[in-house]
Amino acid sequence: MPGRVASGATGDWAPSAVQRDRDEWRRRRTLRSAAIAAGSTLVLLGVIAAAVVSSPGWDRVRETYFSWDKAVSSFPAVLDGLWLNIRVMAICWVLILVLSLTIAVVRTLRGPVAFPLRLLGTAYVDIFRGLPLLLVIFLLGFGGPALRLQGLPTSPLFWGGTALVLSYSAYVAEVFRSGIESVHPSQRLAGRSLGLSYGQTLRHVVLPQAWRRVIPALMNDLVSLQKDSGLIAVLGVYDAIRRAQIETSLDFNYTPYVVAGALFCCLTIPMARLTDRYARKKGYHGAGGHL
Amino acid sequence: MNTELLRLEGVRKSFGDHVVLSDVDLSVEPGQCVVLIGASGSGKSTLLRCVNLLEVVDDGVITFEGRDITDPRVDGDEVRSRMGLVFQSYNLFPHLDVIGNVTLALRLVHGVDPGEARTRGLAMLERVGLAEKATARPDDLSGGQQQRVAIARALVANPRLMLLDEVTSALDPELVGEVLDLLGELKGEGVTMLLNTHEMGFARDVADQVCFLHAGRIHEQGTPEQVLGDPQQERTRGFLSRIRA
Repeated sequence: MPGRVASGATGDWAPSAVQRDRDEWRRRRTLRSAAIAAGSTLVLLGVIAAAVVSSPGWDRVRETYFSWDKAVSSFPAVLDGLWLNIRVMAICWVLILVLSLTIAVVRTLRGPVAFPLRLLGTAYVDIFRGLPLLLVIFLLGFGGPALRLQGLPTSPLFWGGTALVLSYSAYVAEVFRSGIESVHPSQRLAGRSLGLSYGQTLRHVVLPQAWRRVIPALMNDLVSLQKDSGLIAVLGVYDAIRRAQIETSLDFNYTPYVVAGALFCCLTIPMARLTDRYARKKGYHGAGGHL
Repeated sequence: MNTELLRLEGVRKSFGDHVVLSDVDLSVEPGQCVVLIGASGSGKSTLLRCVNLLEVVDDGVITFEGRDITDPRVDGDEVRSRMGLVFQSYNLFPHLDVIGNVTLALRLVHGVDPGEARTRGLAMLERVGLAEKATARPDDLSGGQQQRVAIARALVANPRLMLLDEVTSALDPELVGEVLDLLGELKGEGVTMLLNTHEMGFARDVADQVCFLHAGRIHEQGTPEQVLGDPQQERTRGFLSRIRA
């Protein structure tokens, strides 16, 4: 606990001999722990690197997957494709939030009048959580345009996005629902006792509290959506993965896939760190105290 | 012509097989302070929740301001907006600051514009001695302060009737006094109150009427001198002796 050492050293207080001894011991232990951690990490990485590099096929693999020239030449195309992923993700995320919040609210409605709505919400969540995302993308991506619905575009991008929205909304709706149900019933009672209607209580008392609690889980789903936006490549949309595939097919060098993977990580890793930081700020410290 | 603000006649409430209230008759006149006493589980809290229409009665009639509010055609939200309810565990809204808690119903239910709601909210916080805490979060307040905010929140829209459900039971003994003092002052200002409490000193000093509940029935009711000083029923004497022991 180096952060705790000498904390509260204010005014005329000076640490006693016992405390100085404890601080010194903690300082030494922290240094030792850091040294062991750094050493063991280096050894482990060294062993893995040695095993890979000394493998009989390493030269072939390095040329096929980690070719610097190929990476440089394919980078613009893959980056251009990634821009499509980002746009798909952003638009889908907004639609997912709206649709899933609606489903979650419908599923928490009370009373017999709302029964058909609740049934519909439950059936929706069951079905779209049950279907593999790839299957939904295939079904809608190829079946949707074939319907030739009036006023709806036939582009695979549209139908692929629709598949993402439908599938993700089922998961995110459950996240919202868990948030709504985690707000203690006494909060609803307090709202209603003030004369607020059911809807007002939901809007001004329950949802603001539920929202805060589920933000880390929502961010998790957003990170996941960033990756899965690449799945619509199977419909022939020119996203990062599809562009990498095209680059690869020129000379069967797979480096463009690695480039695409690295670019996806560049998107998702900062997002994951942001989520962690946000969660900590909101007070998720784990066990708490110094334990 | 009756002068009562609130009247309960033959009220019955059960949860499943458990009868919580049966055949309860009670009336509260404007400006009165009526105190319900009785052991835990005697139905005191349920009675308050029935009056606030948070629970639907099984039978009987509750009349508020001359109107039968147990009629299912009555708009419960409108009735509740004319009463204030304070809970044992405060139930403040943790996502709003203190002034936000106090003004929420003014803005949403009573149609007061935000500027005026804020003025009235601040005046009410001043009244309960917490004006300087207007922008604090409920979690940063002591229990006694939270309960005073909850009272301000319930009181700010000038309810005709205040319902207080064991408002000091969750407080440390030193904080009980600050809340009870506030209730005593409100009584002096003519606020009508129906409350339940284990604070017999408060009941003796402030109440106009004391009702002893046991197993969902009112066993004895009358002035504090009579019910607390000279109880007629064996059960009341038993309860009071246990509480004083």
